[in-house]
Amino acid sequence: MTVQSEYQSSTADEIRQGLADIAPVLVAMVPIGLLFGAICTTKGWAASDVWLMSTLVFSGGAEFAAIGLWKWPIPYLALFVSTALVSARHILMGVSLAPKMHAFKGWRLWAAAWFMTDEAWALGERRARRQTITVAYWFFMAVPVHLVWVASTVTGSMVGPMLGDPAAIGLDFAFTALFIGLIAGFWKGATTAWVLVASGGASALVALTIGEPWNVLAGAAAGIVAAWFTATEPDEPESSSPEGHLL
Amino acid sequence: MSIDPGMLLAIAMMSAVTYFTRLAGFLLASRLSLRGRARAAIDAIPPAVLFALIAPVVLTHGWPETLAAAAAGIAALRLPLLGVIAIGIAAVVILRALF
Repeated sequence: MTVQSEYQSSTADEIRQGLADIAPVLVAMVPIGLLFGAICTTKGWAASDVWLMSTLVFSGGAEFAAIGLWKWPIPYLALFVSTALVSARHILMGVSLAPKMHAFKGWRLWAAAWFMTDEAWALGERRARRQTITVAYWFFMAVPVHLVWVASTVTGSMVGPMLGDPAAIGLDFAFTALFIGLIAGFWKGATTAWVLVASGGASALVALTIGEPWNVLAGAAAGIVAAWFTATEPDEPESSSPEGHLL
Repeated sequence: MSIDPGMLLAIAMMSAVTYFTRLAGFLLASRLSLRGRARAAIDAIPPAVLFALIAPVVLTHGWPETLAAAAAGIAALRLPLLGVIAIGIAAVVILRALF
């Protein structure tokens, strides 16, 4: 580890920055969590069932897919396939983030993985472009997502029928807008434009033809292939990214 | 407040699958050092995955969502996340009323 960030921030700073970075994400999550809890009640789930699912599965995508499939007797195979498909993107995300997690030794890496939601991962990637991801930053940024997700889904299951339709006040669009804001943080010029064209085109096409969640894998794959072919200077060393100097 | 054993089993299975996918990439790649096109391909994962997740809403749900996404995209050039979310939601509400 030869390269350090230009300034060494204290643990308190890391904690403060982690909380500050995740705050807007938490705001956007609440309506989605409430909506999920409300949907669960339509399948006969009690608040305790929703609590267990959100605590242990802790994945909006997988949980929405599961509740859509839910019936008695329980369709275990369909739930397994759906969860694996929806979650497969995490493997790619982990491959991308892992080289930037060198501060995480032993159990810390295993614990960090538990909290790797789309949002925490995106903020981690964004952080890594400028400085090292510290253990303090990661957990104070990523753990609140778990707390707010569990709290909002359980609340939704209790107040669900009174909530009404979140789409009426545009709250169904909160996640889309949040992700657009996150994508902007990864802009690196023309290659990124091609990545977005390929990813969005493939995802939309597959969503219309084959259906979700295959579109996520198709879009991710198309974006990665586009980057491979449009990378402008393939042999230029990455002077700006700290992970380029490891080992 | 008792939980059905079958439901517990289903949730535990989904939990294991989700955690496995979150951990697998870390364990696979923590010693990976890539250069050139392979590096560019790995670096493309964040925007590619994030856009693939929202592309059906942005591109196939209708003009209000597409235009509101464009508005959020422009806002993202200048504003922090909360501002982008606020602009996106405001735009989608207005555009849905218009179309």
